Amino acid sequence: MKSSVITFPGSNCDRDMDVALTKFGFKNKMVWHNDQELPKSDLIVLPGGFSYGDYLRCGSMASKSKIMNSVINFAKSGGLVMGICNGFQILVEAGLVPGVLLRNKYLQFICKNVHVKVDNKENTFFKNLDKKVLEFHIAHNEGNYFCTNNQLKEIEDNNQIAIYYCDQNGNTNDQINPNGSIKNIAGIFNKEKNVLGMMPHPERMIDESLSGEDGSIFFKNLLNNIK
Amino acid sequence: MKVSAVITLKKDVLDPQGKVIHETLDGMGFNSVNEVRQGKYFEIDVKENDPKKAKDLVEDMCKKLLANLVIENYKIIETQ
Repeated sequence: MKSSVITFPGSNCDRDMDVALTKFGFKNKMVWHNDQELPKSDLIVLPGGFSYGDYLRCGSMASKSKIMNSVINFAKSGGLVMGICNGFQILVEAGLVPGVLLRNKYLQFICKNVHVKVDNKENTFFKNLDKKVLEFHIAHNEGNYFCTNNQLKEIEDNNQIAIYYCDQNGNTNDQINPNGSIKNIAGIFNKEKNVLGMMPHPERMIDESLSGEDGSIFFKNLLNNIK
Repeated sequence: MKVSAVITLKKDVLDPQGKVIHETLDGMGFNSVNEVRQGKYFEIDVKENDPKKAKDLVEDMCKKLLANLVIENYKIIETQ
């Protein structure tokens, strides 16, 4: 299976993502933001980081870069696209997933492990996953998911909420919400479920001795689903 | 021609920075503040001498990049 990770100026999780994808069997290529064409890929990843120094709004500049025209076409033709952290911010700015990511509610940069509940498994990203609660890592300043009431209704009606912040038993409530996101939303799909944006970093949880294995579970499952 | 645009958060969007600024002003003794909302101001010099065309151009920029219309409103405030 072939994957491509896009590097924008200021991306800093692109190589971690490359390590993770390669470890679990993807043939990965790194793609520069100024390129026009994507290599043949089964999965495109927009990595975390601080593209363009978070100028104007996080992800806004990167969402207009040359390669994004190809990414948008790839997504619209049904290709799998995953945006992590800043990649999620780029996806919302590109209009590939609904909503926006605002500054964290308490104005603090948050860097910690969190638990997320996987709600919808009828999609390529989470199908056949045998765990309902995963432990991932978050590190962000603008992860406070927001959308209009009309958008929220549409998102809920279409089952577009991918993951929720929760405690280790899968309970979601305000106390466990790290950044003020509406409904504890940590990740969201487009309508067709081939585009996933999420704030948590699965690529940081792929080594048992360093972190935990829930990222490994996610990537192994994803590879099997794409095969 | 210079065109100025102001981007503000929509009414229903939480503005934590504005809130903190409000609280700080309160602490400094400015007790008559009802609310503070923080926004962005752009001064754009365009190669266009027709005020209407210059305004339309910046309005297009606001819609496509400068503002995110899910959470923000824009207003062209002056052309000179």
